[in-house]
Amino acid sequence: MTSVHLAQALAVLRLEWKKSFFSKRGLWVYLLALMPVALFTAHSLIQMARGRPCDFGQDTTIFATAFQVFYLRLLVFFGCVGIFMNLFRGEVLDRSLHYYFLAPIRREVLLAGKFAAGLIAACVVFTTSTFLQFVGLYMHFDSVTIRDYLINGHGLAHLGAYLGVTALACLGYGSVFAVAGIRYRNPIIPAAVILVWEGINGFLPPLLQKFSVIYYLKSLCPLEISPDVPKFFQLLAVNADPMPAIFAIPGLLIVSLAVLAAGAAWLRRTEINYAAE
Amino acid sequence: MNASGPRHIVFDNVSKFYGEVLGVNRVNLSIPPGITSLVGPNGSGKTTLMNLMTGLIRPSRGTIRIFGIAPDDPERLFREVGYCTSFDSFPRGMTGYQFVYSFLRLYGCGEADAQQLASRAIERVGMTEAANRKIAGYSKGMRQRIKLAQATCHGPSVLVLDEPLNGLDPLVRAETIALFKALAEDGMHIIISTHILHEVDAVSDQVILLSNGYVVAEGQIRGVRSEIQDQPMQIMVRCNKPAELAARLFGQEQILEARMHGDGGGLLIRTRDANQFYLTLNRIALNGISIEAVAPADDDANSVYEYLIGTSEAAS
Repeated sequence: MTSVHLAQALAVLRLEWKKSFFSKRGLWVYLLALMPVALFTAHSLIQMARGRPCDFGQDTTIFATAFQVFYLRLLVFFGCVGIFMNLFRGEVLDRSLHYYFLAPIRREVLLAGKFAAGLIAACVVFTTSTFLQFVGLYMHFDSVTIRDYLINGHGLAHLGAYLGVTALACLGYGSVFAVAGIRYRNPIIPAAVILVWEGINGFLPPLLQKFSVIYYLKSLCPLEISPDVPKFFQLLAVNADPMPAIFAIPGLLIVSLAVLAAGAAWLRRTEINYAAE
Repeated sequence: MNASGPRHIVFDNVSKFYGEVLGVNRVNLSIPPGITSLVGPNGSGKTTLMNLMTGLIRPSRGTIRIFGIAPDDPERLFREVGYCTSFDSFPRGMTGYQFVYSFLRLYGCGEADAQQLASRAIERVGMTEAANRKIAGYSKGMRQRIKLAQATCHGPSVLVLDEPLNGLDPLVRAETIALFKALAEDGMHIIISTHILHEVDAVSDQVILLSNGYVVAEGQIRGVRSEIQDQPMQIMVRCNKPAELAARLFGQEQILEARMHGDGGGLLIRTRDANQFYLTLNRIALNGISIEAVAPADDDANSVYEYLIGTSEAAS
């Protein structure tokens, strides 16, 4: 990428970031991100009202389970549908995509700028949510317990891992849905297909598992889910063949880049035909 | 218009199908500098040709080159080309200035250059006062003008304009036409689609007439008219004795009709052979009839359109 391409990608980013953060179409993404924060905070407030904190280890396992089964697979997933599918679909619905196509900018650079805008928005919204969930969950414990967990225990490492996994989830799902937004008119169908694909990941042969986002994310989560959760959820979250972080992170990056490269090829062939919408 | 040169816009056997529906078929054109009007009824393929030229759609067959550049090379193409589309839509929430400025940044312009170019382009279309208002609050004419500013802000060599005069009031319309003429005189290619035929005459150096996806005629209006052999030429003759002139002309083989003009000061002649008629008129004029003016009466875009496509004043 030359300096001109970089300047153009930044120009796209400047045009797009507000749309990614403040679009009316994306308001429900904030609701998705706030939902678990509200649940964990409510849990803590109830415990504080009762005057007795829960078992710290049990709460930590509950968080790990909710993070893998509920947060990554559903909330971050659908949040990325909302943010990234609109990068191109939103412009088509607004009939304004042609302005980008009439600028002297390679479509790969356009995709890079728009994807960067979406990624920044998704990362800010969902990593903030992860952090606030962490705070909300543990706020009913006394400061000594929390300090001990964070400083002497694995608390900070776990928090860092959850934040990192959240950001990587935004990257992985973001790339998939940015490209789906270029390729498909109706976001429901690709979202449903990918949701099923990600859902059955644990049942797929080892090679096929690697063509999903959740496989890498599960490998990077710091804790196993609770053994007390129903069998179905355990099947969703279990990773029989986890990949070390040193391979999982580059693996996810490679999958995301491959998806974006395919998207760039589609975008090069994309025509403006608003009448067909 | 078919002699191609390095600074021409060339369509080589271009066809575009939307599924089963024909957009344009077997188009061969070489468009020189100057103002070229695309004229034709709705669905004739005007916008399709413009969209093909600018890479918004891809040809099903054939090739297009603008100064030798393919439309699927946007990095080079849009340094040369500006396109003011007929889509009346804009990125959300922007002011006129932000709209022009932001897209200049996409061209790779630095902040200062983009500010200067945006201000200049906005001033050229007379939108300086409204530049900091939201586009959503603009009238149709203002939206047309800000689109025109955006299409011309980077100083393109080719300006493609889809119905650019729509929504403009008569004063702004005249100013805009003058702007197009000035740009064309500087050597710019200006391709305009319009449905207002009397403006085609006023604006165009050449026309391309389209019907049902086919190019039915191209070139300078007079050249196109002279090639329409099956329609007699109409010629207006202003003279001091129109009745006597009519009597003398009736005996001539090439004259099909001679009709007195409403004001009694001239004749409207229909002839199959204009050159022969002019020779005859020279002879008659020597015999006591004073000819004040002779001018073709049907070599305008409206007549040509009517002969070739066969509808009324507006191409719609």
